[in-house]
Amino acid sequence: MVALSANNLNKSYGTVQALTDLSLEVEKGEIYGIIGPDGAGKTTLFRILTTLLLADSGTATVDGLDVVKDYKQIRQIIGYMPGKFSLYQDLTVEENLTFFATVFHTTIEENYHLIEDIYKQIEPFKDRRAGKLSGGMKQKLALSCALIHKPTVLFLDEPTTGVDPVSRKEFWEMLMKLKTEGITIIVSTPYMDEATLCDRIALIQDGEFLKVDTPRNIVADYPDTLWAVQADQMHQLLRDLRDLPFIRRSFSFGETFHVTFDNDTTPGQLKDFLAAKSYTNIAIKEIEPTVEDCFMLLSRK
Amino acid sequence: MEDKAIYTENLTKRFGNFTAVDQISFEVEKGEIFGFLGANGAGKTTAMRMLCGLSHPTSGKGNVAGFDIAREPEKVKQNIGYMSQKFSLYEDLKVWENLRLFGGIYGMKSKEIAVKTDEVLQELELERERETLVKSLPLGWKQKLSFSVSIFHEPKVVFLDEPTGGVDPVTRRQFWELIYQAAERGITVFVTTHYMDEAEYCNRVSIMVDGKIEALDTPKNLRQQFEVSTMDDVFQQLARRATRKAD
Repeated sequence: MVALSANNLNKSYGTVQALTDLSLEVEKGEIYGIIGPDGAGKTTLFRILTTLLLADSGTATVDGLDVVKDYKQIRQIIGYMPGKFSLYQDLTVEENLTFFATVFHTTIEENYHLIEDIYKQIEPFKDRRAGKLSGGMKQKLALSCALIHKPTVLFLDEPTTGVDPVSRKEFWEMLMKLKTEGITIIVSTPYMDEATLCDRIALIQDGEFLKVDTPRNIVADYPDTLWAVQADQMHQLLRDLRDLPFIRRSFSFGETFHVTFDNDTTPGQLKDFLAAKSYTNIAIKEIEPTVEDCFMLLSRK
Repeated sequence: MEDKAIYTENLTKRFGNFTAVDQISFEVEKGEIFGFLGANGAGKTTAMRMLCGLSHPTSGKGNVAGFDIAREPEKVKQNIGYMSQKFSLYEDLKVWENLRLFGGIYGMKSKEIAVKTDEVLQELELERERETLVKSLPLGWKQKLSFSVSIFHEPKVVFLDEPTGGVDPVTRRQFWELIYQAAERGITVFVTTHYMDEAEYCNRVSIMVDGKIEALDTPKNLRQQFEVSTMDDVFQQLARRATRKAD
């Protein structure tokens, strides 16, 4: 069952081409991640799919409804959490939630079970004005408001940007629970490590999808053997690796460099070279690529 | 203490009965890349505002670039650079105009600014964009340019507040190379980030929990101390101890 589909969407702002021939299909109950940096076109795509912006060309449907013709019906069945906090700053936490429930002809009580886990964390502050909440609490309130009418499809535009790793983890745990309620979730993020939590992901850059697949398949498609290289004097190592002719690619990854070799090269050769340059504590081991490795490989221009 | 780029002693900031920063004491060496980590609401921003001379400490001491943050905040401001993800450059000014403006604000002479402008644009390979309005630059270039602006006046210390948020992975790495270059020139780098792989690129890292510095060491020592394999695991262990609500 298809929850959402888009065909050859194009959108430009003046001379800037924001989306180019973009197509996608999302299954019901899927967590579908749109992964890419700022300026890649994520928000433009979300705004078209949520009927807030018209594409220059192309078509899209949500739950079988056309984003242009049936926009009123679509708005009844989707939840949208924009990247920028867009609730009423002068209303309290509870007033905001009541407002959104009323607009969608429902009550907080009716769908409380959906938001309970999230809302109970901010309920102690229900009389505080939304504008006075912390970033993390705003995020939880925005998600509660986007969920209160039990949407069929939930759009989350960068819900975790600027959020610390612990809160990000908690947020994803909440999304996993929502998935079990049968809600389809389209979520965008610039954090590549969140990609593995999605059922399928689309890697986006400059208004185009670089690749769409399950995180597992994307990683499995990485064409080369990837090695993690480590030694003391890491910064000097970066320069030396870059100058070596038999190194195809080298990127820093936390405490190691992720390196791929030209065809005939063996890790032993690299080790000898580094030892000759008097590096100490050299470690080279084969590793599984991450989604970020794949993104960088695909995005190399 | 004279030879430290930053040092604090029981630095504290209270808002009413809320202690945002609770007696933090630490030192940063000259030319060091120091990672300042913590969950949202741990007190990082408040601490950073005090170190930049923007907020007066409730108690305790702090010294940045050789100046007392409570008594000489204006001197502190003149000797530091600052860059955040949110505020960076003037979008409606051209690339060279932004450099001219910030150089002027920090009291650099016109000739000095002209020479430095050429240098920076060459370093960033942005010579062709000299006359381009900043708003039409891609985000990655903007971030790199705004880092160069923050160290344009050769400050002793530069504060970077989540400089790489939302930046694509390739640019993020190029950005860190600029940080390394600055540190090699002797500029002390004080940086916050939510990317835990970037914590590994710092010489030393501190982790704040509920207003206190709960851990401070090299990434390697922290991983060993907590018996985990990544900085993310270190962070998760520490930040989960937090009892107070975010921000």
